[in-house]
Amino acid sequence: MVDLWQGLSQAFWLVITADETLVEIALRSLRITLSALVLACLIALPLAAFLAVRRFRYRRFVIAVLNALMGLPPVVVGLVVYILLSRSGPLGALGLLFTPTAMIIAQMIIIVPLIASIAHQSLRDLWHDYHDLLISMNVTQTQKMMTLLWDARRALLTAALAGFGRGIGEVGAIMIVGGNIDNVTRVLTTAIALETGKGQFSLALALGFVLIALALAVNLAIHGLSRTEREGRW
Amino acid sequence: MVSAVFPLKVSGALTRHKGKVLVGPVDLELDGAGTCVVLGPNGSGKTTLLRMLHGIARLHGGTINWACGTEAARNAQAFVFQQPVMLRRSVLDNLIYPLRLRGVPRHEARQKAGEWAARAGLTGMLEREATVLSGGERQKLALARALMGDPALVFLDEPSASLDGRATREIEEILTTSSAAGTRFILATHDMGQARRLASRVIFLLAGKVHESGPAEAFFAGPITPEARAFLKGDIVE
Repeated sequence: MVDLWQGLSQAFWLVITADETLVEIALRSLRITLSALVLACLIALPLAAFLAVRRFRYRRFVIAVLNALMGLPPVVVGLVVYILLSRSGPLGALGLLFTPTAMIIAQMIIIVPLIASIAHQSLRDLWHDYHDLLISMNVTQTQKMMTLLWDARRALLTAALAGFGRGIGEVGAIMIVGGNIDNVTRVLTTAIALETGKGQFSLALALGFVLIALALAVNLAIHGLSRTEREGRW
Repeated sequence: MVSAVFPLKVSGALTRHKGKVLVGPVDLELDGAGTCVVLGPNGSGKTTLLRMLHGIARLHGGTINWACGTEAARNAQAFVFQQPVMLRRSVLDNLIYPLRLRGVPRHEARQKAGEWAARAGLTGMLEREATVLSGGERQKLALARALMGDPALVFLDEPSASLDGRATREIEEILTTSSAAGTRFILATHDMGQARRLASRVIFLLAGKVHESGPAEAFFAGPITPEARAFLKGDIVE
């Protein structure tokens, strides 16, 4: 209990005094996760829309696999990305291992199935409502997908926020591919793991509280900007 | 507006669902003059016939030939559903949607939407979300949206079902005005008053088949079949 209070007060002081290291780590966490999120959304949302409107032979199988991949173990993702990016790996020549880019790739792989699955649920329901209208208007597949993505944008925001939550709190994969190098690849979660290992529980807790506050602030900001939960809006 | 979708020739057309024939085989010729009203009791296949002609319901047999070809005909048609489907957008964005799909510039589409909103009595509601409108307002919006693209033919499935007299009259006024301007309608209803007011031709459906078809005046004055006579009298027909 004492550790909790110490952590809370330390977190408070770190924020109030705008601790240089904390700010740097927090900004790096944000930059990496938001980059991964944007890239993941660019893949996951069109994929979800495609699965909603298009009927093809193995569609159900693809959806089932996508849902199963939501529980992808981050450590395994980290290991696979590590092997791919290591010097002897197929992408070793790119020299990306132990860089923020490698961390972005790992996070993106983890959150794509999550965003795609949640988005698919929303888009499937909307497609059920819109099906007859859009068929009667003779719209193209691309127009159908664009219409669904636009009209379900607020529901898709929830999918994106779930992806952000998973990404910002991720530690296993980015520890492996990032290496937790000070001033280069250290982010809030890996710093927490490091401080815990050193027995610095107060500092680890402080970083944890900052992480929670950061996630909360991003969620609230996006909700505010997108005007969700307002009357007559979706 | 494409006016060459008619004549329509339907030959042996049928549609099934899970092996059961819902409608057909239907043989029909329509020249497109005036408004064609599809009459029949509940479950007779009115909605399915409209969906089959429009191409939403899959054709499992026979042929449907439009004068201008199937693809051109589809692009010259619109469909207003019994339960209007509202896009999760504002009234304005619902109205301009069909035009935006065709690449009409936004300002041009907005101008036309303003005109149609005025005709449909929706002027003060352009910025409201379409899904919060009342049933009558939704139906008028769906009709205005269908007519925004200047279709040659509009299918209407029970356009005034569950609407009060005033809303029904407003819908019918739009239909009458548009019909006079050259838009053709194929309308399914079991509102006999509406059928008498709007129809220039009647198709009477029973158990998924065209039981009787002809000019509205002749049908209402003296239907040929006993089932049609019973239906007009208000008896239960199965």
